[in-house]
Amino acid sequence: MFEAVAFYLFAFLTISMFYIAVTTSQALYALSALAAGMIFISAFFFILGADFLGAVQIVVYSGAVMALYAFGMMFFDTTRDVKEKQGNKAIVIGLSVISAVLVVLIVSAPIIGSNIEAFYPVTEGAGNVQEVGMVLFTKYLVPFEVAAVMLLVAMIAGIVLAGKKMDLSLTLMNEQEILEMREESKSKKVLP
Amino acid sequence: MELFLYTALFSPLVGSLFAALFGASPKSKIAGIVPSILLGVSFLSSLVLLILVMMTGHTIHVEMMTWMATGDLYIPFGFVVDQVSVTMMIVVTLVSTVVHVYAIGYMDHDKGFNRFFAWLSAFVFSMMVLVMSDNFAGLFIGWEGVGLCSWGLIGFWYKKESATWAANEAFIMNRIADLGMLIGIFLIYWNTGTLQYEEAFAAMPSLDTAVLTWMGIFLFIGAMGKSAQFPLHTWLADAMEGPTPVSALIHAATMVTAGVYLVVRANPLYDLIPNVGLFIASLGAFVALFAASMALVNRDMKRVIAYSTLSQLGYMFAAAGLGAYWVALFHLMAHAFFKALLFLGAGNVMHAMHDELDPFKMGGLGKVMKGTFIMMTLASVALAGIFPLAGFFSKDLILEVAFIEHHFIIYAVLLLTAGLTAFYSFRLVALIFHGEDRYKHFGIDPHEAYRFMLVAMSPLLLLAVIAGAFKMGYFNMVTELLPATEYHVHSATTYWIMTIGTQLFVIAAIAYAYKKYTSKDIKVPDGTSKMENSFGYKLLINQYYIPHFYENYIVKAYRELSEVFWTKVDQKVVDATVDGIANIFYQTGEKTRDMQSGNLSTMLKWMVAGMVVLLSLAVVFGLAARHSGEIKTFLSGLGV
Amino acid sequence: MEIGLNHYLVLSTILFAIGLVGVMRRKNLLMLFFATEILLNSVNISFAAISHYYGDLTGQMFAFFVIAIAASEVAVGLGLLIVWHKKHNNIDLDSMSTMRG
Repeated sequence: MFEAVAFYLFAFLTISMFYIAVTTSQALYALSALAAGMIFISAFFFILGADFLGAVQIVVYSGAVMALYAFGMMFFDTTRDVKEKQGNKAIVIGLSVISAVLVVLIVSAPIIGSNIEAFYPVTEGAGNVQEVGMVLFTKYLVPFEVAAVMLLVAMIAGIVLAGKKMDLSLTLMNEQEILEMREESKSKKVLP
Repeated sequence: MELFLYTALFSPLVGSLFAALFGASPKSKIAGIVPSILLGVSFLSSLVLLILVMMTGHTIHVEMMTWMATGDLYIPFGFVVDQVSVTMMIVVTLVSTVVHVYAIGYMDHDKGFNRFFAWLSAFVFSMMVLVMSDNFAGLFIGWEGVGLCSWGLIGFWYKKESATWAANEAFIMNRIADLGMLIGIFLIYWNTGTLQYEEAFAAMPSLDTAVLTWMGIFLFIGAMGKSAQFPLHTWLADAMEGPTPVSALIHAATMVTAGVYLVVRANPLYDLIPNVGLFIASLGAFVALFAASMALVNRDMKRVIAYSTLSQLGYMFAAAGLGAYWVALFHLMAHAFFKALLFLGAGNVMHAMHDELDPFKMGGLGKVMKGTFIMMTLASVALAGIFPLAGFFSKDLILEVAFIEHHFIIYAVLLLTAGLTAFYSFRLVALIFHGEDRYKHFGIDPHEAYRFMLVAMSPLLLLAVIAGAFKMGYFNMVTELLPATEYHVHSATTYWIMTIGTQLFVIAAIAYAYKKYTSKDIKVPDGTSKMENSFGYKLLINQYYIPHFYENYIVKAYRELSEVFWTKVDQKVVDATVDGIANIFYQTGEKTRDMQSGNLSTMLKWMVAGMVVLLSLAVVFGLAARHSGEIKTFLSGLGV
Repeated sequence: MEIGLNHYLVLSTILFAIGLVGVMRRKNLLMLFFATEILLNSVNISFAAISHYYGDLTGQMFAFFVIAIAASEVAVGLGLLIVWHKKHNNIDLDSMSTMRG
């Protein structure tokens, strides 16, 4: 009973938050709604017994990602409205619903249709974090390391992209401009 | 011995390819000399083979390689040298060697010198394939090969509209006939199961006469086209647009006789169907007279000789149709020599007269061109059939055959034709070489041809004179393969009356021609004289209005039909369909261009749409795969 | 009233649809990133739910990797966004039409 109440409550909250995030024209509202939605999603993880995943969800999204977006938004002129030309609503919503249903259908059809056995069954008498740790550092060690490298690369990419001179495009400049730019950077004694 | 066979067969090909190497470069003597030498080699090989066949009586049969082998069909590239084919080989290689050497001089100033020799040698190769093949398929290849080379050589001066027209006419006429030939070959294969001469002919006696008759008729249609028999004869006269050596080689000595060769080769078939043979003989006699009558009045030197060729081909068919195959072949050989000589002589005259063809504009050339004069006169004598030249032995023999076989109408027609032949031949000689020097009015300064051209012609002259002497030796050799019927008139008196009578008739015709055409008041006809306005003359000079008829009733009708098909069927249906398909793509492209607006948002929408389509497909096929058994039973229930 | 796997799957479908609507309708590049986050999270819910109802940890593992990918996507995407903004001084999707065919 408690579970059902929690599920419906959080389902309602998540859907409404995400709906606001998608429809509002204010970037700040959208950001706040998204952050709220993320936290509500972590509630589902707790209900499902995936405690560690829920914690990660809160830490990563509400902490890291939202902070990143917030910092990113500081660079933009968020007060200026982006003109949103609305296309045909029915098509957009229809397509979305159909594709979502199809995706879920395809993913869930084999699960419902046949008895599948668990690859890595939940260990009796161990907490979720312990289980996750055991599987993550045995069976999924290599993907885990790869993911770590990927995060590192993404971090460096973020730094470099947001760094200096990235507003210039070498492909869109002609040679004269490139030369001028080089001269300029030499005179400033800064690496190009 | 196979070595000689292959040498004889392939050296013209090598020569042709060699000359073709220089096809695009300016004239070089070597492109003419090398093919000529190679043809000489081919001739010598043929000679060796002839001597071998003559002395030992053996025939050589080789199978170079398999050409087609599918199921029951087996066609090899097989070649046979027997008494018949070796005769043809000798004729072909000898005449073509002479013509090649002659052409080095004749084509001296022509830009297409190298190209000419490539075509000419290719022709000889095709002709050798035609005569040496041991099956109908190989014969057909050679048949088409000579047709192609003939097209290339008639239209050699392709910048002249009339030449290309004549080339196309010859090609198309021959294709019409070749269809008949092809049907004949199919019939043979269908009924005998093989295309090899020996096996096919061996299987024929057991077949139904009706089938054999159809085979004979269809094969003869092919022969009619190649040998320009009525009603497919018009192309031969027009083919004179080609260079004169070509006329000498192809349209007098070799290619046009291929039809006769085919009938001779298929003698076991024609022996079984004497009715068709009689038809061939009658048609031959008719063509002999028909062509000779057109030659009487024509004012184009080469066309006169072409009609004469046509007429002589009629003789050959008359003989072959009556079953006297060896006589036909003998006349073919003798005719090749003197007719080629006549053409080459005409070539000399043309050179001297700067390509003037009207004999009325010549006259008195005998004084300037002694060598040519003698050669052409002797060739004409041989053609007329005066004793003891070649024509006497071969042509009189045909007359005798007709007489002995009791076909007196054919005999009478051929006899009359013999007189006409003598008349028009000497009309030509008289107009060209005797009488007043009319060419002076046209400011032409004639000169004799190169000496080596005359020397090259001399073997032909020699053979035209003495070929009759080989009659018995030839008879002994060739009758090992062909039916050996000796034709002797039963009573000696009748024989002598016939022979001397014929001779006197011919001589009278010659004398009349000389009298009429050496007189001093021969003028260039200008359409005012009484004779030129007579109905007979008009009929003859217009070739019995047959080209006119073809042009107006067949070509025009066909053209109109084609126009209808072009405007109605091709443009409205075929083109419209093709354009429609193209238009669909074009329009689709026009319409879907908007998709590529470069707008990221639009692209995202399209991406989602595409994803939906793919996912639906995945679901549909997934369900179909899962329920394939049920779908099958359902479909089979529907009767699919 | 028992909450089963189907409930979670329906919830996931709804969130996925919302995310797709966002992807297709918003013209603001930043909103596009938000919508992408929604898509990823809707999938995460199904993963966690399936993992729970089948007693298998694989679903959770995948959810972890999805989060990692989402994080790096944000980092790189935001970097590109800043570059674009510096260059064109806007983040309007309609202005991005250099790929026009």
